[in-house]
Amino acid sequence: MTEMNREICDNEDIELELLLQAIKIKYSYDFTNYSRAHLMRRVKNRLQESKFANISEMLHKVLYDPSFLDVLLPDFSICVSDMFRDPPFFQEIRLSIIPILKTYPSIKIWHAGCASGEEVYSMSILLKEEGLYSKAQIYATDFNEASLGKAKDGVYDLNRIKNYTSNYQKGGGSQSFADYYTAGYNAAIFDKSLRERVVFAKHNLVTDSAFGEMHMIFCRNVLIYFDKKLKNRVIGLFLDSLVGGGFLCLGSKESVLFSGYEDRFEVFSETHKIYRKKLG
Amino acid sequence: MHALSEILPTLPQNFSLPILIVQHLSPASDDYLATYLDEKCEVKVKEADEKEKIEGGVVYLVPANYHLLVEKDKTLSLSVDSPVNFARPSIDVLFETAAEAYGSNLIGLVLTGASADGSRGLKLIKERGGLTLVQDPKTAESEVMPKAAIAEVDVDHIIPLSEIGAFLIKIERANNAKQN
Repeated sequence: MTEMNREICDNEDIELELLLQAIKIKYSYDFTNYSRAHLMRRVKNRLQESKFANISEMLHKVLYDPSFLDVLLPDFSICVSDMFRDPPFFQEIRLSIIPILKTYPSIKIWHAGCASGEEVYSMSILLKEEGLYSKAQIYATDFNEASLGKAKDGVYDLNRIKNYTSNYQKGGGSQSFADYYTAGYNAAIFDKSLRERVVFAKHNLVTDSAFGEMHMIFCRNVLIYFDKKLKNRVIGLFLDSLVGGGFLCLGSKESVLFSGYEDRFEVFSETHKIYRKKLG
Repeated sequence: MHALSEILPTLPQNFSLPILIVQHLSPASDDYLATYLDEKCEVKVKEADEKEKIEGGVVYLVPANYHLLVEKDKTLSLSVDSPVNFARPSIDVLFETAAEAYGSNLIGLVLTGASADGSRGLKLIKERGGLTLVQDPKTAESEVMPKAAIAEVDVDHIIPLSEIGAFLIKIERANNAKQN
């Protein structure tokens, strides 16, 4: 029983590799450097949902039915995030980073891997409250067009709003969070003024190049889905995209350590994983 | 937390197996538990880090509000995927990925808890040939989790809390003897 199960494990690894290669070769989406444990979980969920007998059947479908890719792509991307996730992080931004950003005549901010945009709207709200929104140009990118579409719409599940409101308040927000959205049909529709200064664009962190001259880059809890090689490539890409003194904000359990670029950054906040590109 | 405080300090400094722990915490929790246990224990206790290689003799706690996954190459991955059965971290996620990575070289242990999280994962551990242990519900602060595991899985051993540490040491010794 044990040997048979082990073989199942190994065969599935091979099948997953073949599936990823097929998607890369045929559709030019490269997931081969994503964390395999994540991908395997998602593929297995999809197997159950679609009632394929095994990954090889899914591989066949991917090759011969291009519309199936629209089903699989969202499985492989990080779609849902939270507004004001890690409230202390947003407090730190208000306290320590906003004063610095205020010294620039204009600021460029990039949300890399923005998924369905919760973080983008969080920052728009924060920037408005701190009086910086009108001099900000914000870029929100993701490789997944469906996610970008959701981000553009700014419509979120009303059930999550209570949690978001609490996060917003704990993150230093002192206004009425409900002023930022209208509620209807179980949805919270965020005000379109919050995306006036935002450009939503397709960008793939695996394959695309630097996105220039940013004062601040957010990429929180995206790198955890990549393997070491890809993670390090992306940190290099962020380094190239930042102005000297620009900020890179990662997720609370991420860091630039061991990326090969750590000496190009100073640690602005160890607790909140905020790094600053050294000048010169 | 009480269960962990009972078990972990009994492990000697040269305990050679790695231990991965998922505990349901509030999203706002910091690494207080890891620091507290590290001080109390002879083995090293720390929060799991992104892409960290799993080392013997270290106890890894999942950070709050992340799932912990085990990669086939025996490194750790974190995820912010949706809660599984309302839990993030989810015990099932850890158990399932660990079962796929370690196969029969794995012990799954379910302790006190207020939901059925872990039962499904323990089942996979059993299917892959691993050893399945559950804390005796009679000794548990909340018997929901151990009872759910026992109902779902043909568990190998049901052990009172006070004896779990000694049991793990016994297995570790036997494992060492087998290696040498």
